[in-house]
Amino acid sequence: MITYESVTKIFGTGRDAVTALDNVSFTIPKGEIVVFLGPSGCGKTTTLRLTNRLETLTRGNITIEDQNIMDMDVVELRQRLGYVIQAIGLFPNKTIAENIAVVPKLLGWDKKRIWERVDELLRMTNLEPELYRDRFPAELSGGQQQRVGVARGLAADPDILLMDEPFGAIDPINREQIQNEFLKLQAKLKKTIAFVSHDIHEAIKMGDHIALFDRGRLIQYETPEVILTQPKNKFVADFVGADRALKVLGLMKVSDVINRKPKNILRGEDDAREALKFLDEKGFRYGIVIEQDRPIGYVNQKMLKYESGPVREFVEPFPLFLKERTSLRDVLSFMLMYDEVTLCAVDEDGRFGGTVTYNDIQKVVRESYADEAESREDEVSP
Amino acid sequence: MNRLLGKLNRLIIASIILIAGVTAERTGLIEYLSDPYEYPVLFELFLQHLYIVTVSMTFATIIGIVAGIILTRQRFRRYAGVCMYIIGLGQTIPSLAVLALAMSFLGIGTRPAIFALTIYSILPIARNTLAGITAVPASLIDAGRGMGMPPLRILMEVEIPNAMQVILTGFRVALIINIGTAALSYVIGAGGLGDLIFTGISLMQTEKLLAGAIPVTLLALTADFLSELLGLLLVSKGLRLSD
Amino acid sequence: MSTLQFMLDNSAQVFFLSWEHIWIVGLSLLIATPIGVPLGILITRHEQFASRVLGGANILMTVPSIALFGLMLPILSVFDMGLGKVPAVIALVLYSQLPIIRNTYTAIRNVPPSLVDAARGMGMDKWKRLREVEIPLATPVIIAGLRTAAVMNIGIAAIAAYIGSGGLGVYIQQGIERVYPEMILSGAILVSILAVIVDGAMAALEKAVTPEGIKVQRRLMR
Repeated sequence: MITYESVTKIFGTGRDAVTALDNVSFTIPKGEIVVFLGPSGCGKTTTLRLTNRLETLTRGNITIEDQNIMDMDVVELRQRLGYVIQAIGLFPNKTIAENIAVVPKLLGWDKKRIWERVDELLRMTNLEPELYRDRFPAELSGGQQQRVGVARGLAADPDILLMDEPFGAIDPINREQIQNEFLKLQAKLKKTIAFVSHDIHEAIKMGDHIALFDRGRLIQYETPEVILTQPKNKFVADFVGADRALKVLGLMKVSDVINRKPKNILRGEDDAREALKFLDEKGFRYGIVIEQDRPIGYVNQKMLKYESGPVREFVEPFPLFLKERTSLRDVLSFMLMYDEVTLCAVDEDGRFGGTVTYNDIQKVVRESYADEAESREDEVSP
Repeated sequence: MNRLLGKLNRLIIASIILIAGVTAERTGLIEYLSDPYEYPVLFELFLQHLYIVTVSMTFATIIGIVAGIILTRQRFRRYAGVCMYIIGLGQTIPSLAVLALAMSFLGIGTRPAIFALTIYSILPIARNTLAGITAVPASLIDAGRGMGMPPLRILMEVEIPNAMQVILTGFRVALIINIGTAALSYVIGAGGLGDLIFTGISLMQTEKLLAGAIPVTLLALTADFLSELLGLLLVSKGLRLSD
Repeated sequence: MSTLQFMLDNSAQVFFLSWEHIWIVGLSLLIATPIGVPLGILITRHEQFASRVLGGANILMTVPSIALFGLMLPILSVFDMGLGKVPAVIALVLYSQLPIIRNTYTAIRNVPPSLVDAARGMGMDKWKRLREVEIPLATPVIIAGLRTAAVMNIGIAAIAAYIGSGGLGVYIQQGIERVYPEMILSGAILVSILAVIVDGAMAALEKAVTPEGIKVQRRLMR
């Protein structure tokens, strides 16, 4: 883990002095990704570069696993940390394999171990070793180069990775793919990662915790959920965006709100008149129609009036079905697109799992922001 | 690779033209060259020429590259502009003048010639070394430092390899100028193929003149070609891909 | 210093030789430019010849100057012009070609295509474009090429003294022959000063010819 204690960094002297970081303190827990987030000039990159001593501390301490970084040999420190940058920085004069092998070579690994590790890393980052090992960076696309950059950072199997907008130079489509691949990798490797980003979406997606900086100060250090639902001040609220309620929904899944045993279930073979009576007595405006354990659609009272015969003939089919892991944000989107207030979730075989209604979603958002509403009342009104 | 083939092409064509031109003079030249009395002298002058060039280029390359590297280091960066200006001024001075000045202070013979040639050849090499290393993207240096590469490692594995193409061009330019100026150094008593050329001119002996002029020209063209070949060896394939 | 004394004592000769030297170099540039610049422009319009033309000029530059003089001698002797100023000027014209053609070619090619497009879009025909856009933007680099050629030619003209063309090289040649150190130094120093002055003057010209807008652009980019 990495601990930042009262870290301060001032560039220049006298009147031209710029305080890049002002008394920043927080801890990155072991095995987690902490995203350093904020607008340009906020100090996030400076914090990262102080960690591997590419910049020098003016005041304060940084300790890694309880060892002060100033007590370590600077070159050894850097070899212990993985470093991945936005410009990727692959050496064009070296092959892909040689690029990845840089730190292991510095550490004195024997040849066999190095080349085995290179192949292992290439496979980990979805690059076929036979194909890419002896190529040169100029022959690779941006996305491929960045994967090599990540492989290079992981080469010596460091416990800690420092990443400075590592996916910034890649086009949005490839970026999403690489982010997903990286998260899969992290789930296996469980590295401690400091990840600089200026993109709130990336921060929410990648971070276990977010450290939000503004002009050299650490404003809020929390999980993405808390930052979205309890922004500390106007800066945070503005930075996460006015649509933060939707962003919070992006963090929740169908399985968080699903109603597995709704009361308004009808069977396909039920008679329409019986069904109508059932709905009327219970006061349900509509009913979910299930046949052989699978939902086939819904009916409301109006659709059943004056009708007779099995309910299945009058059913309005659902435009689609949800999965348990579908994000609530997508669910809300579907509801708006298809003008439906209720949707059903099914498993891989199409069997009924439960319902999600618009009200369910509204309720969960209201609960998230309940605390914020309270704290807002304490704020001085503009 | 294309450049290399192009140069080979031109070398061959130029050689053919020269030899053809020579054939027109064959009565004088071929006889002269096969004269058992003259031949060893010719050979000796050729070797002498080669000697002056090789020694001065060796010194100039070492000094030039080292100077270029030093001027790119953190501590000395601010002197780079001034130094380059001074060295540049040195190159504005005509080669004959440099030889003459060297002779005035160091006497005649191969020593002042080598001294003058060394000084004259340093600039293109130093300037290109400086420019080449400065042109290496800062992000590469940053990546290297951040990964824990010691400064010497960065210089040897990142900065120099990426600057090699430019450095080599400087070397090539210096070498070609050097070969031509070495021919001039005859006038300050250094011998070499210039002996044949100048003597041929003043004595109006065409065969002697050509016996000097043609080898010098071929030497320059061959040096040009060999420098490109050197590039294939020294410049990483990964860097040539963008050509 | 005795060298200074020498120059003062022979001031008339000093002026004469300097003038001779300048004359040879100036004449060769005057001839070389109307050949080189149009050629440079031509190969920007007909790219297929570019590599061959530039390659040819390159070979010329690789040939050591004294060797070129030597090679020209037998040929020009037929016209009784093997020695003197004629072969000197011819050689200088040939040597100037590479810097002039190459710089012209590069300068015009470096004019941002978007500007050329804009000019075409505004209705300028080829010649107007050349005159109003391409040449003004290319001129500084062309002048830089002339500067290289000028300094180079001053050096080669000094060597040409050995084939009887006169100029300041005479002092060096005669000085060595007669073992007259003051003469040698005078020659060396004078020709060096000439080179430095011409280099400086051409640099100033380069600057003067750079359109104000480009200067501002360069300053802002730093």
